[in-house]
Amino acid sequence: MSKSITGATSLVRSLEHAGVDVMFGIPGGAILPAYDPIFDSSIRHILVRHEQGAGHAATGYAQATGRVGVCIVTSGPGATNLVTPLADAHMDSVPMVAITGQVASAFIGTDAFQEADIRGITMPVTKHNYLITDPDEIPRAIAEAFHIAATGRPGPVLVDISKDALQKMTDFHWPTQIDLAGYKPVTRPNAEQINQAARLIAEAKRPVLYVGGGVIKANAAAALLKLAAVTGAPVVTTLMARGAFPDSHAQHLGMPGMHGTVAAVTALQKADLLITLGARFDDRVTGKLSTFAPGAKIIHADIDPAEIGKNRQVDVAIIGDLLEVIGELTPAIEAEFKAGRQSDITGWVKQCESWKRTYPLGYDQPEDGSVSPQQVIQRIGQLVGPDGIFVAGVGQHQMWASQYVSFEKPRSWLNSGGLGTMGYAVPAAMGAKVGRPEAAVWAIDGDGCFQMTNQELVTCALNQIPIKVAIINNESLGMVRQWQTLFYNSRYSNTDLHSKRIPDFAKLADAMGCIGLRCEKREDIDRTIEEAMAINDQPVVIDFSVHRDAMVWPMVAAGTSNDDIMVARELAPDWDSQEL
Amino acid sequence: MTRHTLSVLVENSPGVLARVASLFSRRGFNIESLAVGPTEIAHTSRMTIVVNVEDSPLEQVTKQLNKLINVLKIVELDSEASVQRELLLVKVHTDSETRSQVLEIVQLFRARVVDVAVDAIIVEATGTAEKIEALLTALAPFGVKELVQSGLVALARGGRAIDEQTNL
Repeated sequence: MSKSITGATSLVRSLEHAGVDVMFGIPGGAILPAYDPIFDSSIRHILVRHEQGAGHAATGYAQATGRVGVCIVTSGPGATNLVTPLADAHMDSVPMVAITGQVASAFIGTDAFQEADIRGITMPVTKHNYLITDPDEIPRAIAEAFHIAATGRPGPVLVDISKDALQKMTDFHWPTQIDLAGYKPVTRPNAEQINQAARLIAEAKRPVLYVGGGVIKANAAAALLKLAAVTGAPVVTTLMARGAFPDSHAQHLGMPGMHGTVAAVTALQKADLLITLGARFDDRVTGKLSTFAPGAKIIHADIDPAEIGKNRQVDVAIIGDLLEVIGELTPAIEAEFKAGRQSDITGWVKQCESWKRTYPLGYDQPEDGSVSPQQVIQRIGQLVGPDGIFVAGVGQHQMWASQYVSFEKPRSWLNSGGLGTMGYAVPAAMGAKVGRPEAAVWAIDGDGCFQMTNQELVTCALNQIPIKVAIINNESLGMVRQWQTLFYNSRYSNTDLHSKRIPDFAKLADAMGCIGLRCEKREDIDRTIEEAMAINDQPVVIDFSVHRDAMVWPMVAAGTSNDDIMVARELAPDWDSQEL
Repeated sequence: MTRHTLSVLVENSPGVLARVASLFSRRGFNIESLAVGPTEIAHTSRMTIVVNVEDSPLEQVTKQLNKLINVLKIVELDSEASVQRELLLVKVHTDSETRSQVLEIVQLFRARVVDVAVDAIIVEATGTAEKIEALLTALAPFGVKELVQSGLVALARGGRAIDEQTNL
């Protein structure tokens, strides 16, 4: 029997079988054969302006929808431009499949034009990767890639395909079953560990639910709400978990960590039990690890066994999908309580509430009458409301967005948490808007971040992807400047971007087919946001000119103990007036 | 630091050695020795990896290894409960005066001479790391021209195969 289709057609058909509805990419020499069948495919291909944008857009799409994000680029520089988004998705456990073209197999290893060993390069920053040189292997590789990306602890998978594999003839066979001998993620928690955890929770006098991004990935927010109701324990949500538990909920103490609330940071420090759900004891949460939550026993539930005991020794480890874990843990705790085993935690809850009341998040208005960045972000959150999707870059604006937008729903907050990728916001917001076109998608970006990837606004303008971008313009690399203020004697080496002068962001937006707005006065904040909200047929960029010396507080300085949290410069919480 | 011998069953797919080796280096571990070869199962290779590391980081690295899609199984082989062997080929300088002394040492260590030249012989020896080291010490005075050692290979004693043992 003669072979009926090209490898390229087999690839596109595989992507269709995998359920792909949209992919972000740029063609080039080695991937070119695939772009011919893409022309006829039902899959929407969005032509981006830089491969990094394709990668972050796939991530934004995945984080907003929970589905696998897909990007497709060519060999060599096309592929290496994907390294940052792959590393970003790997750190934040985002399900993503990246297709890269590779030079023809006869040229591999010869330093051919646009050759890069992208499989070798991306080994440490992908969950798995493939190099395919035989067209017959394309469907299985694609099926496996989607399976690996989406199951267990999600992550990016790269499939590198040589040009000749795309050009040669093959037959299409979509695998009906995927059986990977070395990949069997455990989703069902062990009953004995659930019972041990329930017992610890029943005995605890000062428990805290330490909630990480895994809760959102497992679609377990509703289950968490019930668990919180049953236990009555205070809840903290990490940077990756904002939205996993409503900010308006009385039990919610906010975000822990370097720029967390005093209540969240202190509750973890004073707790006698941390119920850790899909969080990973990141250094930005624990501060100096040896002094983190010194009196706490640890329950650690995660889908990834390698997270257990990585940074902190645990008392009870639960391996499993968090939806199942929480689903089984909640009745187990109820059974403990019913059997009369339940500690009184009312004093602890009151204590946490008192910290929350005494040390709320807050900021001062700049004395010179200029615009406060925190106020801009807070008003965007309030005016857009909890149905919006908020996407941040990295730095001060990211921390303020996490602090001052009130998140009520999962998948309403997207950011680069682990890798800290400046430039994430614009392309990720584009991907989120493509995945959820009905939602208002706001990128809250810094003037530094924006200048790294803003060319994707052209993509947005041409493809009817009407995102909003609020540039929090303090004409600085603000977080770096804050550290220079605090730790380098206010010597501002290379952090002044002059971006109130150059570029003119409104004109730049206009040139890219977007509406450009400016806001320089406090009294114009609401009006400008509303003006942007009224535009739905074009992307909108607002240049919010804000005070450059605003700082992110509270703060636990890097490498210090969470006990040394500062609520403002040279201002520690007044513990003496508090009964602990 | 303690010496650990890991036996790792992997799919024999391209790049698997690079994945395993780079994982060790990325997590900050030095591999003391590594031997890899095919097994009784088709498309499956077995690596024997010797690392010097504390217990807790070893647990972390085995967990990370288990996350590699191509890694099928990992067991730790206790030196008491396993047979561990290395192979040595060493080219020793000899002349008419010293050859008989060298041959005597070779016999004492139950090693073998596998090549003879006018001014040198090649000795082949297998054994534990300790035996190999002792042999080399004994041969050193005659002049070692060059030597090559395989990584350590090991199998658990007793009737059970790796797929019947508990995964680390």
